Order: sequence, then structure tokens, then C-alpha cells
Amino acid sequence: MEIGPYILLASLEGAVTAAVLALTAVGLSLVFGVMRVVNIAHGEFFMLGAVIAWWVANSVGGHPAIGFAVALIVAPVLVGALAAMADMTILKRLNYDPERTIVATIGLLYILQQLTLMTYGADARPVEAPFNQRIALPWIERTDAGWQTYYPWGLSTTTYKLAVIGAAAAVLGGVWAMMARTRIGLLMRATQADRDMALAFGIPVEKVYALVFGIGAGLAALAGVLIVPIQQAHYLMGADPLLLSFIVVIIGGLGSLPGTVLAALLIGLSDGIISVFFSPTLAKILATLLVGLVLVFRPRGLFGTRAP
Amino acid sequence: MSRETARILALHGGLLVLLFTAQFVLPAYHHGNLARIMVLASYAIGYNILFGYTGLLSLGHALFFAAGMYGMGLGIQHGGWSPAPALLAGIVAGAVVAGALALLALRTTGVAFMIVTLMFAQAGYLTILYFGEYTRGDEGFVLQTAQRMLWGIDLSDPTNRYFAAFILFALCLCLSLWLVRAPFGRVLVAIRENEDRVQMLGYDTHAHKLGAMVISGTISAAAGATYGLLFGYVGASFGGVQFSIFPLLWVLLGGAGTVLGPFIGALFMFYLIDLSSGLTTAYMLIAGVVLVALTLFAPQGLVGELRRRFWTGLP
Repeated sequence: MEIGPYILLASLEGAVTAAVLALTAVGLSLVFGVMRVVNIAHGEFFMLGAVIAWWVANSVGGHPAIGFAVALIVAPVLVGALAAMADMTILKRLNYDPERTIVATIGLLYILQQLTLMTYGADARPVEAPFNQRIALPWIERTDAGWQTYYPWGLSTTTYKLAVIGAAAAVLGGVWAMMARTRIGLLMRATQADRDMALAFGIPVEKVYALVFGIGAGLAALAGVLIVPIQQAHYLMGADPLLLSFIVVIIGGLGSLPGTVLAALLIGLSDGIISVFFSPTLAKILATLLVGLVLVFRPRGLFGTRAP
Repeated sequence: MSRETARILALHGGLLVLLFTAQFVLPAYHHGNLARIMVLASYAIGYNILFGYTGLLSLGHALFFAAGMYGMGLGIQHGGWSPAPALLAGIVAGAVVAGALALLALRTTGVAFMIVTLMFAQAGYLTILYFGEYTRGDEGFVLQTAQRMLWGIDLSDPTNRYFAAFILFALCLCLSLWLVRAPFGRVLVAIRENEDRVQMLGYDTHAHKLGAMVISGTISAAAGATYGLLFGYVGASFGGVQFSIFPLLWVLLGGAGTVLGPFIGALFMFYLIDLSSGLTTAYMLIAGVVLVALTLFAPQGLVGELRRRFWTGLP
């Protein structure tokens, strides 16, 4: 295969990564933006989404699509409710003090991860995709006979992967509409802008916080459900999405939603393309160093407007 | 010497005497555990100088611990050095890494400082994995008994090992006690309480924080190098995120900003995990529950509560 089809394949895989990453990172960014809470347990909500999807798909019989559709609704709702509960029982009592909430969410990370290990076990388990048709992609090449289309071997994607990209785009559109067009979004933005003033105007800030924390976790869980037919559910699978979401949120500017989506596209696509040429470990080293250096020298992020 | 100073010296000296005599009475299993706890407590003492006394929460101290461990281990394994220069190389490596990270990370504050330290420590951990040819990655490498002879003393022998761990711990404890009562340490505490005011009083807060981070990293590296030498194993898992969380956990449990806190926290946590790992493989659950419970109910930690209730002058 020529280099061209390689890059096209890498960017297709990268687009799937970017779609899932964007959902996870927007959840993290929403929580940070509105609540000023850095949620280290965010990756575990992603993992819980995947594990619950496996559990639902196994308990619901019939066509795999039915189980998957149920999981798409059940997992985010369950995880969101769990997160809202954690917010009301733990984070609220810490008064959302930044340093203490970080320590508490590290504790939460271990609690969720180890409880999953005790109940679900240490195995990685697959969930069948609701539909999974292979689509071969054409490539144009100049030969002696002029421009020709042909189907290079290995250059393909699946309908499910395309659906993941579509679903992520739709959900992100929904989140934007919620923030910009609905009353609850207005309340969230008011709380984000000035917590005390919002409270003075009678906005139930504590309820808004619980809701935001729940929605953030629900988005991560949804991303977990979407990824599980491609990548198996495992109790340690939360670490990579957490790291990548951090990278995305920091590069995109802490708390800025459009910046986050843009950065997710950038990181997802470049991750796919870089790992074609470099070892994944080296790619990760470069990415973590990049985040550290961006925070040191450009604390507002590359697209952000506010300092953390 | 004032009465207060005498009491403080009696308390901390008493602990050291107790630990020294414990080796003659403890059964073999706990004897080995206590040697390990003393080395880990030294690591926590290093962490406490930055977190407890200066108020900077680092999530990347495993980087310094691993720098010490690999500075020592690679020197012995690939350089063919004897333990004394290798130990020194580990400590120097830790000091250099701490200094470099401090220059970068101290440009940020609060949450950004935590994430920057976390990211650089993660990059360090991945670097260890990337050079797996030399470091043997996750698998690590074992230092043979013949490579662990320090001035003719066999450090793999339990009695010698306990004694070496005791010496390290005693040095770190005394250094920490002296430091926090010296003018330099007083300025660190003042920075923790109100940095702007300290700056306004004419102190160079950046230089003090830099100093605190280098001292903290150097002690952590000394603990890492000693750990590798005493227990004969050097592995990448000591550079992972988990090993950055542990000292935070020990210090929070024992009491941040107390000299004895790191030891008490490490002792409690070690036995808590030791007991629970007999019951379940998910022993990190205990760490998680303790972390959440501490932040909720006892942010001062054990020794911190003691200080609040009985002895307000406890350093």
C-alpha cells in the first residue's frame, strides 16, 4: 500500500478516537467549567459505562441491537445518577475546595475501579456491535493509463465506526443546544459565571452542581458504551481516556466547550496518524510533555480564554 | 534549651530509640515489614516537606523516587559501580530532576501545579518503559546479593537491612525536624499560610519554594535509591501514578505538616493494606475509602488531630 491510503486509514481510525474522546473530554470540561472541580475519577465513569453495557447486553436477550440500544440509555443514566450521588455526599461536603476535591476524586477512582474488579472481575469482555458491515474504500492513483480508482487491500472501515462518529456529533450538538438554548443551560452558565451572584438570584446552585456532575459522568459513560464493541470492557480501561481527556481539555482551554471539541479532533486525528509512524509509548511521552509544557507556558490553553 | 524544645526532642528521640530496640524483639515477619515502612516513611517525609509544610500538592513524586532508584540501579547494573557511589548517583539524579521540574512547575499554582507534576511524572514513567532495553520496563531487574555489598556489609541480610533503613529514617526525621524549626522552614510554613503576605514582607518566595522542592525531591530520591538497594529490585511500577498517590495518602493519614505524621501514616496504611490483601485482591479499595474518609472527616490526619487537641506546639 502507498503512503496515501495509509494516512486515510489512520485518519479514519483517528476520527473514531476523536469522536469518543470528544464526548469524554466535553464531560470533563463541563464539570471543570461550571464547578471548577478537577475530576480524576472521570475515566472510571467511562469504564463503568463500558462495563454496564456488557452487563446489559448479556442480560437482555434477542438481537444484539436491542441489548445495545438499552445499554445506550441505561448506562449513562445509571452512571450519571451515581455521580450525582457522589457529588451530593462527598464533593458538596468539601465545599468544592479544589485541592481536597482532587484528593477525594482520586479516592473515588480507586473505589469504583476496585469495586468493579471485585464484582466484574479482571477479564476483558467484548460486546457485539449492533451492526457491523465492512465498507471498502476506493483510492485514486495515477498510473500510465491516467487517473484510476481502485480498492487497496486493508483500506476499509465499518458501518459501526461511522455510526459512532455520527452519534458523537449528534450528542455534542445536543450538549451545545442544551447549554445555549435551554433554561437549564442558562442556569448552568449563570452558575459558571458567578456562583455567589447566581445563588443571590435564587438559582439552586447545589442542584445545578449535582446535575452538571451527573451529565459530565453520563457523557463519559456514553462514550464508554460506544467504544465497547470496538474495544473490550476491562476494569483498568479508564486510565487512557482520563489522560487523553486531560490533554484535550488543557490544550482546548479549561472549561471552553468549542475549544475542547477542536482539541479532541486535533489529538484524536494526530494520535491515529502519529502511531502509524512512531511507537505508541513515544507518542504518549510527547503528548504528556506537551500538556505539561502548555500548562506551564500557556496556562489558558491554545484556544482558551481563561486561566485555570 | 526551653522546656518545649526538650519535650519535642524527647518525643522524636523516643520514637527513634523505640524503633532501634524494636529490632531485637520483633518476629521476623514484622521485622522485615518495619524496615520497609521506615524506608517508605522517609519517602513520605520528603513529600511532607513540600505538601505539608510548603502547601504545594504534588502528584508526581514517584518521578523523584524512581530517579533515585534508577540512578542507583542503572549505575550498579550497567556501570558496574559499588553501592556507595551508586547511592550517591541516585540522590544526585533525584536532586537534578527535582530542580528541573521545580523550575518549570513553580511557574504555575494550585490545580495547574498538580496537573503539571502529574504529567511530567507520567512522562518520566513512560520514558522508563520506552528504554526497556536498559530498564527492563515493567518487569524490572533484580540486584544480586554480590552487587549489594556496601563497604563489606551485606545489605540483603535482614539485620543489616533493618539497620540501614533505620539510619536513613533517623537522618530524614532529624533533617525534617531541624528544617521546620529553622528560619528557612518557618518561611515555608508562612508561604503555605499566606504567600502574598510573605512576599510583601520581603522574602523571595520563589527561591524558598524552589529550595523546598529540591530538598523534598532529594529526600524522596534517597528513599528510592535505598529501597532499591535494600530490597534488591528496581522496577517501573515505582514510577507509576500509584506511587505518587501513596505518599500523599500516608501524609494525609498521619497528618500533613507534622514531623511524625509521615511515619504514623505509612505504618497504619502499610498494615491496613497488608491485612486486607489477605482478604481480597482489590486491596486498593481500602486506599480509596481511606482517602475519601480522610478528606471528609479528618483533613488534619492522626498526628494533626493530636496536635489540635493536646499539644499545639508540636512541630
